[in-house]
Amino acid sequence: MTASVTPEIATGQTGTVVRSTAIRRLLKNPLGLASVIILAVIVLLALFAPILAPFGENYANIGKTLAAPDSVNILGTDSSGRDVWSRLLFGSQITLLSAVLCAAVAVALGLPAGLIAGYYGGLFETTSNWVISILMSLPGLIVLLTIRAAFGPSVWISMVAFGILISPSYFLLTRTAVRAVRNELYVDAARVSGLSDLSIMGRHIFSVVRAPIIIQTAGICGVAIAIQSGLEFLGLGDPTMATWGVMLSEGFKNVYLTPTLLLWPALAIALTIGALVLLGNAIRDALEDGEKIKAPKVSKVAGSVKANTGNHAVQKGTEHHLVKVTNLGVGYPQADGSIKKVVDDVSFHVDRGEVLGIVGESGSGKSQTAFSILGLLPDTARIVGGTIQFDGNYTVQPGDDRVNQQRLSKIRGRRVSYIPQEPMSNLDPAFTIGYQLVTPMVRVLGISKSEAKKRAMKLLEDVGITYPERTFKAYPHEVSGGMAQRVLIAGAISCEPDLVIADEPTTALDVTVQAEVLDLLRGLQSRLNIGVILVTHNFGVVSDLCDRVVVMQNGRLVEEGDVREILRNPKEKYTQTLLSSMLEGKTPMTMLVSTVEEVAL
Amino acid sequence: MSAATPVSSAQGQESGNLLDVENLVVEYPTKVFRGKPFRALTDINITIGRGETLGLVGESGSGKTTLGRAVLGLAPVTKGQVIFEGQDISHASRKDRRALSRDMQVVFQDPYTSLNPALEIGAILAEPLGVQGIPAAAAKKRVAELLDQVGLPKDAVNRLPREFSGGQRQRVAIARALALSPKLIVCDEAVSALDLTTQARVLDLLLQIQLDTGVSYLFISHDLDVVRHISHRVAVMYRGEIVEQGVSGIVTQTPVHPYTQRLLLASPVPDPDRQAVRREERRRLIDSQRELENQASIPA
Repeated sequence: MTASVTPEIATGQTGTVVRSTAIRRLLKNPLGLASVIILAVIVLLALFAPILAPFGENYANIGKTLAAPDSVNILGTDSSGRDVWSRLLFGSQITLLSAVLCAAVAVALGLPAGLIAGYYGGLFETTSNWVISILMSLPGLIVLLTIRAAFGPSVWISMVAFGILISPSYFLLTRTAVRAVRNELYVDAARVSGLSDLSIMGRHIFSVVRAPIIIQTAGICGVAIAIQSGLEFLGLGDPTMATWGVMLSEGFKNVYLTPTLLLWPALAIALTIGALVLLGNAIRDALEDGEKIKAPKVSKVAGSVKANTGNHAVQKGTEHHLVKVTNLGVGYPQADGSIKKVVDDVSFHVDRGEVLGIVGESGSGKSQTAFSILGLLPDTARIVGGTIQFDGNYTVQPGDDRVNQQRLSKIRGRRVSYIPQEPMSNLDPAFTIGYQLVTPMVRVLGISKSEAKKRAMKLLEDVGITYPERTFKAYPHEVSGGMAQRVLIAGAISCEPDLVIADEPTTALDVTVQAEVLDLLRGLQSRLNIGVILVTHNFGVVSDLCDRVVVMQNGRLVEEGDVREILRNPKEKYTQTLLSSMLEGKTPMTMLVSTVEEVAL
Repeated sequence: MSAATPVSSAQGQESGNLLDVENLVVEYPTKVFRGKPFRALTDINITIGRGETLGLVGESGSGKTTLGRAVLGLAPVTKGQVIFEGQDISHASRKDRRALSRDMQVVFQDPYTSLNPALEIGAILAEPLGVQGIPAAAAKKRVAELLDQVGLPKDAVNRLPREFSGGQRQRVAIARALALSPKLIVCDEAVSALDLTTQARVLDLLLQIQLDTGVSYLFISHDLDVVRHISHRVAVMYRGEIVEQGVSGIVTQTPVHPYTQRLLLASPVPDPDRQAVRREERRRLIDSQRELENQASIPA
C-alpha cells in the first residue's frame, strides 16, 4: 500500500509546499506515524520474503504436522507440515499485490471517467451514470463467485473483477470534486489563457481530486484485502498459493487442535487493514485540518482560569447608556501559545434612539466588536480585557475571559437583535419565512401561534413587503435578496428590541435595493426609537443613517465623533486616507491615492 | 488569430475599433425537456476603441457578466457577432482562442477563487506564457517584470496565493492578465471585493497601466462611482439589455433612462446633509416615474 501511495504524493506536479507540510503533519500524528510504520514493515517483509523465509511457501515436512513453535519453525507448522512463518511472508506478497491491483484497476477506470464526466458533463456523463448504476446494483459477492466459476480460482482475476465493481466509488468521488471546481474562476482564467482541456484537467483539476483519491485508496485496499481473504476463507481461493485467506481457512479447520494457526493470519489481516484505515484517516486530518489539532490543548489551559462569578455593579454615571464598551480586547489563542489580538482597547457607547456607525476595512475588528456585544464570538475567541455593559448591567465583567452566555441569553433576541450581511444564508431554506418569523416570537414573547402570525403579517407589511400573505408562506429561495433582507429586518424588530446590531446589512444588495433598505432602516429606527450599531465599510451608508461614527483600524479605535465632524473634518490620518479613497466627487481618470511606485501594500 | 474567419461585412474592419459586438444574443438551455431557453442577453451592441475603457454598469442578474464572458468565449453566442480587430470570434475554436489569448485577457471579481490555491504565484503568472510556447527562461524574466509592474515584491514568485491579502491577490490576477501584453482586458467586478483604500490603489494601477501600454478595458461593475471614475464611455445594462450608452460624463451625470436615473441617485454620498438632499431627489424621482408608468398604462 505505502509503496503505491507514496509516489503519488511525491510526484504531484503542483504545490510542493503544501505537500511537504502535509507529510510532516501526517508523521506528527501518532496514529499516522504508527500506521505508516506498520505498513512499511509489512511491505518490507513482503519485499524480502524470499530472503527472510526459511522454507518455500509449499515446502511440506510430512513428519512434522501441526507442530508447536520451535527454533526451526518459529510459528510452528500447519496440518501439512508447512512452515507458518514462511507462508505468512509469502502470503503478504500476494495479499498486498492483489490489493494494489484491485485499487489500480478501480482508479484507472473511475478517475479518468469521473474527470471527463465532471468536466464536460453532457452525453458522456449520462451514459456513464447508467453504467455506474448497473455496476452498483450488481451483488458483488455473487458476481465474484460467478467469475470464479467461469475463470477458475485465480486471485488476480477476482481482484480485477472486484476493482471494476468498486470503480464507481472513484467515479462518483472524482465527478463531485471536479464539478465543484469546474466553474471556479481560475479554471475560467486558464481557458481564457488558451490552455487545452487536457492541461486544465492535469494542472488545475487533478490537484483537487488528488487528496480524496489517496484517502479513498487507503480504504479500498483494506476492503480488497478483506474481500479477498473472505473468498479464500470460504474455500474459493487458489489452494496452491499461500495467502492469508487460505491460511485462515486452513487454521479454521484445525481450530480445536492448534488454535494459533488461526491467530497468525487473522492478526496479519487485522493489522494491515487497521493500519490502512488509520492511515486514510490520518491523511485526511493532515490535509484538511492542519493547525486545528492543537487548539483544544490551548483552550484547556485558558479555560482553567476560573471565570469570575457574581455580579459586579457598573461604574456610576454610566447606567443610562444603552451599551457601553470599555477598553475591550478580543483575542484568539495561537498554536504557539501566544494570543493574537483582533480587537484592542476599544471603547464607545450607544444611547437609546441613537445610530452608531462602526467603520473600518476588512480585518479592522469591527465585526468582532459587534459579535462580542452579541455574545456570538467563536468558541476559540477570548475576551482579553475590558468590559461590555448593556442597560446598566455587565454582559462582560472585569476579568471575564468569555462572554457570559447565561447573562446574554436573557437579553439576546429580546432586547438585542441582529441583522446579518448575507440575507440568503441567514434564512433556513427548509422552513417557510412565516415559520421562521413566528417561532422566535412564540418562544421569546410567550404569545400564541395565531397571535404571532398576526404580528408577523403586520411586521412584513411594516418592512414594505407588498404581499405579506404570499411572502409569509414562501420559502427563502422563492424571494429576492432585497426581500430576504426585509424579512430579516422584520425578524430583528419582531421582539421589540432596544438595540439592533446590523453587520454590513446592505453590502450584498444592489445599489437601488440598498437605498430602499436604508430608507426602511431609517424609518423603523426613528419610529421605534431603538439604538442601532451599524457595522459597515461604506461612508455613504454611514452618512445616510448614522448619528455618530467610530473608525477602526487593525483592531484599534482610530477616531470617534459626530458624523458630520468625522466626514467633514477628520483629524486622524487614517480616516483622511479612507475618505480620500471615496470616488464620489473625484475627477475621473485621475490617480486617487498615489503614483504606482508608491503603491506597495 | 489568422485562423479566425474574416468578417464579410466591412463594418468591423473599417470602424477601426478593437472590439465590436453586434446584435449579440446569449441564450442558455434550460433543464426542462424542450423548454424555452433562458435569454441572458438581448440584442447587445457595443464597441470599444483602442486605448479606450467602456464601463458596463448594472445590477446583479442584468447580464453584464454574461456579456463579458461572451466576449471571452466563456458563454455561448446564440445570435449576433463578436468582432475583434475585424475578425469574427463569436464561435472561435479552442485553437483560435489560444491565439486570441495574446490579445484578450480577464481579471475576475473574486481574487480568492480566481487564483489556483495549489499553484505558486510564479507558476500562475507563467501559465499564459507557457501556452504561447515562450521558453522558461524568458518566461521567468517576464514574470519578474510583471511583479514589478503591479508593485509586488520579487520573492512573491515562490509563494502561494493564500499568503497574500485580497488586494495583493488582485494584483497577481492583473499581472496574469498583463503577461502577454494584451490589447483588451475584461475586468469583471475587478475591484468590487476590495476594501476602499485597496480599491483606490488598484484603480490607480489600472489607469497607470492604460497610460503605459494603451490597453483597452471592458470594465464591468455594479458601482456607478467606480465606472464613472475609470471609463471613457459607459453602457448601462438592465434585464439583459443595454438601456443607455454614451460618453461617461453624460451618462453618469445626466442620464436619460429611468433606471440609470434611479441608479445614480441610489448611491449614497459621504455627507449627511447632501445625502438627505439626494434622498429627497430620489424619492421625487421614483414618485414621478411611478406616475409616468401609471399614465402610460392607462389607455388614452
